[in-house]
Amino acid sequence: MNSIIPYLIVGAIVFVLGIFTIVYKKNAVGILMGVELVLNSVNINFIAFAKFVDTGIHGQIISIFVIILAAAEAAIALAIILNIYRMKATVDVTQLNKMKH
Amino acid sequence: MEMQEVLFYAIMAFTIFSAVIVAFANKLIHSAFALLFTFVGFAGLYIYLSADFLAVTQIIIYVGGILVLILFGVLMTQDIYDVKAIAAHNPLLLSLGGGAFTAIIIAVLISKKPWFTLLNKEFAPTTATIGKLILYEYLLPFEIASILLLGALIGAVYLARAEDKDK
Repeated sequence: MNSIIPYLIVGAIVFVLGIFTIVYKKNAVGILMGVELVLNSVNINFIAFAKFVDTGIHGQIISIFVIILAAAEAAIALAIILNIYRMKATVDVTQLNKMKH
Repeated sequence: MEMQEVLFYAIMAFTIFSAVIVAFANKLIHSAFALLFTFVGFAGLYIYLSADFLAVTQIIIYVGGILVLILFGVLMTQDIYDVKAIAAHNPLLLSLGGGAFTAIIIAVLISKKPWFTLLNKEFAPTTATIGKLILYEYLLPFEIASILLLGALIGAVYLARAEDKDK
């Protein structure tokens, strides 16, 4: 608890699980979940370094920006996914091979 | 072991376990609900890292916003009775290979010692400091982020609106 290593290990495990989710899921929403896992694990790394290495809390500011970007990314991705679903009636990313209908 | 430490390891195991469920659950809706518990577990870990403001932000934005969006997406785009499509995944071994490759890289990095000299900072409220930093040192990124959010808002509305077929 008073060492940086447990936090880094949690971050690493969740990062790996996020990458695995991105590769494993065929559903576009599932891939989005993997991206959220990756972003969260990056956040915990930033905050852990802000507590244990930095004298200020600059890491926390960075993770605020990461959260902002994650929110924007989720909104846009969902809009795109809904559009694809309306056009092709599927969200299976292996079935999508056209940029425009 | 102290109570605090026990709680810390419990939160850690909880977070990792629900992240595993996100990755391996067959039904997407199970993944979405496991993602909820992952986010809450991360918020608990943030409190241990004396990031009180970020823990609350995590709950509000991730659990209250992004997760609701994802659930919305799952329910809007999935035919819940289509069993074949629900169970469709990419090859497991290939995905595990990708995960293992990433894991090896990170494990090599983490096992390299020594790390930086570690400070032992006291628990202190961070909200005032974050406010000052955002309005002085990080003012430009802050403004850029607000423009980005405006753009994302307009873009999402434009993309998700019902297409007018008659035009």
